[in-house]
Amino acid sequence: MSAPAAGVPAILYCHCQYAQVVPPEVKAAVLKQLCDSNLPFEAVPDLCELSARRDPSLQRLAAAGPLKIAACFPRAVKWLFAAANAPLTPGTTEVLNLRTLPAADAAAAIVHPDLTPNLPTGKVTQADAPASSSTPSF
Amino acid sequence: MALTDTQLRVVLYEGTGAAPIESDDRLTAVRSLLERGFGVTRAGAARPLAPADPSPLLVVGRWQDAPPATEPNIRWQSFDLPNLANAAEAARSGFAAPTPGAWKPWFPVIDYDRCTNCMQCLSFCLFGVYGVDTAKQIQVQNNDNCKTNCPACSRVCPEAAIMFPKYKAGPINGDVVSDSDLNREKMKIDISALLGGDVYSLLRDRSERARSRFGKERDSDKALAERQKCLTKLAALAGDIPPEVLMSLPSPEEIARKAEEAAAKAKAALANS
Ligand code: SF4
Ligand code: SF4
Repeated sequence: MSAPAAGVPAILYCHCQYAQVVPPEVKAAVLKQLCDSNLPFEAVPDLCELSARRDPSLQRLAAAGPLKIAACFPRAVKWLFAAANAPLTPGTTEVLNLRTLPAADAAAAIVHPDLTPNLPTGKVTQADAPASSSTPSF
Repeated sequence: MALTDTQLRVVLYEGTGAAPIESDDRLTAVRSLLERGFGVTRAGAARPLAPADPSPLLVVGRWQDAPPATEPNIRWQSFDLPNLANAAEAARSGFAAPTPGAWKPWFPVIDYDRCTNCMQCLSFCLFGVYGVDTAKQIQVQNNDNCKTNCPACSRVCPEAAIMFPKYKAGPINGDVVSDSDLNREKMKIDISALLGGDVYSLLRDRSERARSRFGKERDSDKALAERQKCLTKLAALAGDIPPEVLMSLPSPEEIARKAEEAAAKAKAALANS
C-alpha cells in the first residue's frame, strides 16, 4: 500500500444506480456521511454510464488533483476512466470498494482527509489483494 | 440520443450568497436526484461554480438575493425540496440533455495492463462491439451494441483482461485475477469451437434440419420452438450467457457472415501491427 498523498482529496461517490452490485446499506451509510459532513462532493448515478458516454465530467474529475472515489473494484474504476479518455493519476487516487467494505468503514473512509493511493498498476494478481478485503485502508 | 451527449448535472450551492441546507434535506435531495439519474455537485464557498466541462447545469440554492441571470447552459433556481426532481427533469428536457437510465450500462471494459492485443474478442463478438484504433490497438467502440448481462467475450479472453464492472463475480467484475482464473476452463473457451465448431454448427445443423422439415410443414411456430430448443442447449454449453441473448442472435447465415467479417478485421489488424 502506498503512502498517503499530499493535499485534501476531492470526493466522488458512485450510486451504481442501474445494478444491484453495491449493498444498499453501504451506499446509504456513505451518502449519509457525506451529506452530514461539511465537505463539497460530486455524486454520480452511475460511473459506468458516464464512461460509456465518454462524459467530459470524467475528464474534469480526473484532472481535479487528489481524488477519493467511492465505487467498486479499483481495477474496474481505473479502466472505466481510461475508456472515457480520462486517465486517473495513480499517485493521487484512492478507490474505496463499496462492494467489499463494511458500511461503517466505507463511511468513515470517504470523509477521512488522508488519501491512500491504491490504483493498480501493472497486472493485478492475487498477490496484490489486500490481506482482508474488509480491512479499511487507514 | 447519441451516447456522446452530456448529461445534466445539478449543483446544490451552499456557498457565498446562499444559506446552508439542513443535512437531512441535503441527503433527501441528493438521493432523489441520483435515483432519477442526475449527477449532483455539492458546492461550498471554496468550490468554483463555473463549469469546467460542457455539461448543462441546474444550480439550486437558498439564495439570499435574487439568483444570477440564466446563462446559456446554466439554470438557477431556488431550492425547493418537494419539487427538486421535477425541476431537474424540466431542466434536462429544456437543455435537450439525454434521458438518464435509458440504457443499462453493460459493456466490456478492457484492462490494458493485461491485454496482449490478440484480437480474440474482436473475432468472437458478433455485434460489432470491438474495433481497433488508429494504432491497431483493440478498443471497445460500440458499447451500446453489447447484449445486456452477457459476459461471453470475457470468457474468450486468454488474459482475463475483459471486465464487466456490474458482473456478479470476480475477476470479471474487476476483482484481482488469480492463476486459477487463468487456468480455469471457462476462461479458455476455444474460439474456433465457438465460431466454427460445436456451438454454431449445432445451431446451423439444427436450423437446417428444421428448415427442411418446416419448409414442408410451413409452420413458423414449430420453427420458432425448434430454434428455442436449440438455443436452450447452447445456453447450457456456453455457461452463463442469458437465453434472451442467445434468442437475439442473428440467423445462422448471418452468424457465419458476421463471424467471417470479424475474423477478417482481426486478421487485418494483426497483420498490420
Ligand atoms: S463504477 Fe462500479 S459502482 Fe459505479 S456504476 Fe459501475 S459497477 Fe457500479
Ligand atoms: S481477447 Fe483479451 S487480450 Fe485479446 S485483444 Fe481482447 S481484451 Fe486483449
